[in-house]
Amino acid sequence: MKKKEVWTVSEINQQQEIKPVSFELLARGRKLAQELEVPLSAIVLGDSLAERELKELIYRGADKVYWVNHKALARFVVENHSNIMQHLIKNYQPQIIIAAATTQGRTLMPHLSIRLDTGLTADCTDLQIEKETGLLLQIRPAIGGNIMAMIKTPERKPQMSTVRPKSIQVLPRDETREGKIIPVDLDDSLLDRRVTHLGYYKSEEEEVNLSSADIIVAGGRGLKKKENLSLIRDLARGLDAGIGASREVVDRGWISYPHQVGLSGKTVNPKTYLAIGISGAIQHLAGMKTAKNIIAINSDPQADIFKISDFGIIGDLFEIIPLLKKKLEEKKLSS
Amino acid sequence: MKIIVPIKQVPETSRVKINEETGTIIRDGVENIINPLDLYAIESAIQLRENNGGSITVISMGPPKAETALREAIAMGADQAILITGREFAGSDTWSTAYALSALIENIKPYDLVITGERATDGDTGQVGPGIASFLNLPLSTYTGKIETVNKDHIIVQRLIEEGYERLQLPLPALLTVVKEIAYPRLPTLRGKQKARTIDIPINSGKDIKVKEEELGLKGSPTRVVRIYRPQVTRKGTILQVKDEKTLAESVDKLISFLKEKKIVSF
Ligand SMILES: Cc1cc2nc3c(=O)[nH]c(=O)nc-3n(C[C@H](O)[C@H](O)[C@H](O)COP(=O)(O)OP(=O)(O)OC[C@H]3O[C@@H](n4cnc5c(N)ncnc54)[C@H](O)[C@@H]3O)c2cc1C
Ligand SMILES: Nc1ncnc2c1ncn2[C@@H]1O[C@H](COP(=O)(O)O)[C@@H](O)[C@H]1O
Repeated sequence: MKKKEVWTVSEINQQQEIKPVSFELLARGRKLAQELEVPLSAIVLGDSLAERELKELIYRGADKVYWVNHKALARFVVENHSNIMQHLIKNYQPQIIIAAATTQGRTLMPHLSIRLDTGLTADCTDLQIEKETGLLLQIRPAIGGNIMAMIKTPERKPQMSTVRPKSIQVLPRDETREGKIIPVDLDDSLLDRRVTHLGYYKSEEEEVNLSSADIIVAGGRGLKKKENLSLIRDLARGLDAGIGASREVVDRGWISYPHQVGLSGKTVNPKTYLAIGISGAIQHLAGMKTAKNIIAINSDPQADIFKISDFGIIGDLFEIIPLLKKKLEEKKLSS
Repeated sequence: MKIIVPIKQVPETSRVKINEETGTIIRDGVENIINPLDLYAIESAIQLRENNGGSITVISMGPPKAETALREAIAMGADQAILITGREFAGSDTWSTAYALSALIENIKPYDLVITGERATDGDTGQVGPGIASFLNLPLSTYTGKIETVNKDHIIVQRLIEEGYERLQLPLPALLTVVKEIAYPRLPTLRGKQKARTIDIPINSGKDIKVKEEELGLKGSPTRVVRIYRPQVTRKGTILQVKDEKTLAESVDKLISFLKEKKIVSF
């Protein structure tokens, strides 16, 4: 019997380079593939990627790389990606497909799961293999992070999930790993020409790629006014961090919506989340609760944010942040 | 312009409690509301109608009490509402929810746009919108933050993605899932409220929409919830209190040590 593979859906950036989140998927997939004793594959759709980009997937854990090359695939257009993925899946019959819980993965995977008549579990924070059955156990937070649910797809294949970015360490790069790069010919009829991609542009302010930030410094209404956001910006710059905000801050127009973390904003999963002048309303926690280290600075000892913090300071942020910044700079200089 | 907006009734999340012993969700006494993220879908539909004319039909699949959510949407300004309800739909996952909603949408053709919320705050999957697009083969824009232009043939939108925005042009009919940035939801009007009280809301069961019974509800759902449990709270945080200059300096020093220990800073 042919061994049914575990697949990961790689993502690429505009420069046609593999995005790091693809390596996280391989780290997840490696564990699953090992337990099932099947090959782990990475799927790449793109336009003329350099070979070193494809090789990198092998160094990071893939046994095979299925590589579909076409000018029309330089940009993610869900209709194209879904058609091509369906085609590949029908040919190769993988048993598990994991993608990142990014705007791409959370668009492609539901579209695909309908066409494949199979189940999909969104935004998982953990994946395991059930010993007795070899089925994929998918674990995810639900109801604003109030509960964890374990979900499986018992009868249909493939089993599909999107996985929250930053929820696993990438594997160390191993240049001795060997694998196969398998170019797949593209049948032009799989391209759906209805939607036109008119281009990208950046948000007006700084970079707001919160999903790939290791550290997020987030500000809340405790900052009191727009000008004071510079405190957060300075600290973020010093720590090489992304900038997050509570809804209060966004609704007041102190910062743009892409920075909003929470129920009606982004779900983030950084290694470290610094909540400054944020009370910790359940809707905010829903977006950042799974961060590995949570640090809170708030003048109210009763603030809910302290209940989920690993480290907290009860005090005035207008005293604490400038001092923190100063001390961090001193340490940096003296090291 | 005919717009269809699927909305979901959800428990108000901040009130949801979990029974520690059984690990089940306690829904008693929890207020049910329109999924807050669907308000943005309703509002953007209203704005499109204001600028281009047309009508808005809100639809929902859920228990009979979901009718309240549809009436609230009418009060905000939607024109009609249709409810899908029945035991056959109980236990639907996103696959069979998208299936049932797609069947109803197919029944109320023609339409120009379907607008859904980004995700529902209870299930929190964001899969139903793209799922409907997939079933109906509609061009799809998810995470839509802005509608630039619409005419009778196509729509130009901005999608919010990790690196910023991208612009897409989609032919109509199309499906958009929208994020909060798209519009600020209005409050119900007095006239809307009056209409909401009296309007007739047709109720569809599995028989009224062209669906295969075996694809509905729990039976038709590919996924199964094996178990639910409370997330372990493993945070035994150190919390320090600033009282004066001295404790201020100490707290900040300890924070820096914490940052170093966790390898958040390296020096
Ligand atoms: C449907 C729905 C969706 C929502 N979605 C989101 C969402 O996506 N994201 C989100 O964040 N919120 C969301 N909210 C709003 C949420 O309920 C809270 O209102 C919001 O998170 C509060 O923001 P905040 O913590 O900045 O403000 P506040 O709750 O006002 O807290 C400010 C905090 O600052 C502290 N503070 C004040 N001065 C100082 C000082 N000098 N030094 C230190 N600390 C100080 C105060 O003690 C207080 O704890 C949503 C609400 C609803 C109903
Ligand atoms: N039962 C339902 N009835 C009507 N619309 C729904 C239903 N479930 C989900 N939706 C729509 O799909 C969106 C995404 O929901 P979900 O995939 O459940 O997170 C919601 O914002 C609604 O617009």
